[in-house]
Amino acid sequence: MSWTADEMMTIAAARRLHDGLSCFVGIGLPSTAANLARRTHAPGLTLIYESGTIGAKPDHLPLSIGDGILAETADTVVSVPEIFNYWLQPGRIDVGFLGAAQIDRFGNINTTAIGDYADPKVRLPGAGGAPEIAASCGEVIVIVRQSRRAFVDRVDFVTSVGFGRAAGDRARLGLRGHGPRTVITDLGILEPDPGTEELRLTHLHPGTTLAQAQEATAWPLTAAPTLQRTEPPTPDELQALRALT
Amino acid sequence: MAQVVPLADAVAEVVHDGDSVALEGFTHLIPFAAAHEIIRQGRGGLTLIRMTPDLVYDQMIGMGCARKLVFSWGGNPGVGSLHRFRDAVQSRSLEIEEHSHAGMANAYVAGASGLPFAVLRGYRGTDLPGVTATIKPITCPFTGEELTAVPAITPDAGIVHAQRADRRGNVQLWGITGVQKEVVLASRRSLVTVEEIVDTLTPVPGAVVLPSWAVDYVSPAPGGSHPSYTQGYSVRDNAFYSAWDAISRDQSTFLSWMRDNVLSQAAGTPPPPAARAPEAPGNHA
Repeated sequence: MSWTADEMMTIAAARRLHDGLSCFVGIGLPSTAANLARRTHAPGLTLIYESGTIGAKPDHLPLSIGDGILAETADTVVSVPEIFNYWLQPGRIDVGFLGAAQIDRFGNINTTAIGDYADPKVRLPGAGGAPEIAASCGEVIVIVRQSRRAFVDRVDFVTSVGFGRAAGDRARLGLRGHGPRTVITDLGILEPDPGTEELRLTHLHPGTTLAQAQEATAWPLTAAPTLQRTEPPTPDELQALRALT
Repeated sequence: MAQVVPLADAVAEVVHDGDSVALEGFTHLIPFAAAHEIIRQGRGGLTLIRMTPDLVYDQMIGMGCARKLVFSWGGNPGVGSLHRFRDAVQSRSLEIEEHSHAGMANAYVAGASGLPFAVLRGYRGTDLPGVTATIKPITCPFTGEELTAVPAITPDAGIVHAQRADRRGNVQLWGITGVQKEVVLASRRSLVTVEEIVDTLTPVPGAVVLPSWAVDYVSPAPGGSHPSYTQGYSVRDNAFYSAWDAISRDQSTFLSWMRDNVLSQAAGTPPPPAARAPEAPGNHA
């Protein structure tokens, strides 16, 4: 079976969600990957949407974070203040799963504005739940297509903090989660360097090259010494993904 | 005690030019019928408050109702941009006060609680405190930890949609309850639009009940959450959310749609038929 780069990206993201974890899910690519994981290797994955639906088990992909199918299939539905205060803020949720318009070499995310905030070139939707998801989940997985426009040296606006400006910034800011441990793209996977916390390439998807990933990154992207090749999608994974979308 | 009155009368009582107005409903129970009535009554200079402006504020902004917007996520969920909102911000014709969801949810809780501000573990390290004056650091007096404070949201008018009310104006809502309770309790004047008025509110698991004495006005507005939805009464019209992208992209197409579908309609006119869900529990004759 052949596959697209987007399918490889979604499948690679789904594989990172282990069975039994709780996952705070953003809409779009994160929701697709999280639902794929739940239908394949992680049936015990708890999906949590910011609308207050805990343990949602949708039989089709929701268009919004508040579609009726999420409330109808949830273990419980709580208010929006409760989902943020009781569930997210104390660090009860293992994985936060986010998208991004811009992401920088330290994993900081911009979903607010391209250009100057007061006079933006492009106004984006804004923060939503992301700043506190990025701060408080045990770890964060980011899924975003790789391009020079999206992978910038420094984001125009820090909507959600990754590793700040230098190693140790998260601790200095009092952020309790471990931050963006994994950034999954249509070309490969980036993870923070254990020393500097700068994102570097740890996996290339089948058919992609380091040069291609570097070309699609606006900072001088380096590869980890252990650079690996992502396992191609299995027919089961592809079938489950196509049935979902 | 809440007064049960027609929608046009309730909106005229609750929303005045220059007011701060919160129409809430987190994807579910968005009070579109009330918004359309505000537009028809020609209200202007409003400070619109809402976590997710959604199509409802895209319409009000495009029709010139708003001076300022307080919000935390301004997109068309799963579809893309809100074009009237985006154009207004990019042309700098709309003042904005921008938060995160956690910040706004807590600000509503403070408003409902009669407190001047809320404390949360949020915003730290982001650029939001630098652009939003209503986000400030605060030191815990017990531990010395640095946290974040946001002032209470106390709108002049708070408007939500709900499944149903009884004849005395007690309101019942269920499904995704969002910040519905908080916005009603935080507001100086409140209006709840409902799918139907019933004799008795049969209990529903997980339901929120707003007692009549905590609500100012209740108005029947069947289908009044379309194109969002009312669990037990309708399903989200995702096709309309997708179609809105093309309708709203251009101001003139937008205006002609609003003329044909909002301005020329009478208050309480049912929206275009959406898929109907099974009847609400407890309402079988």
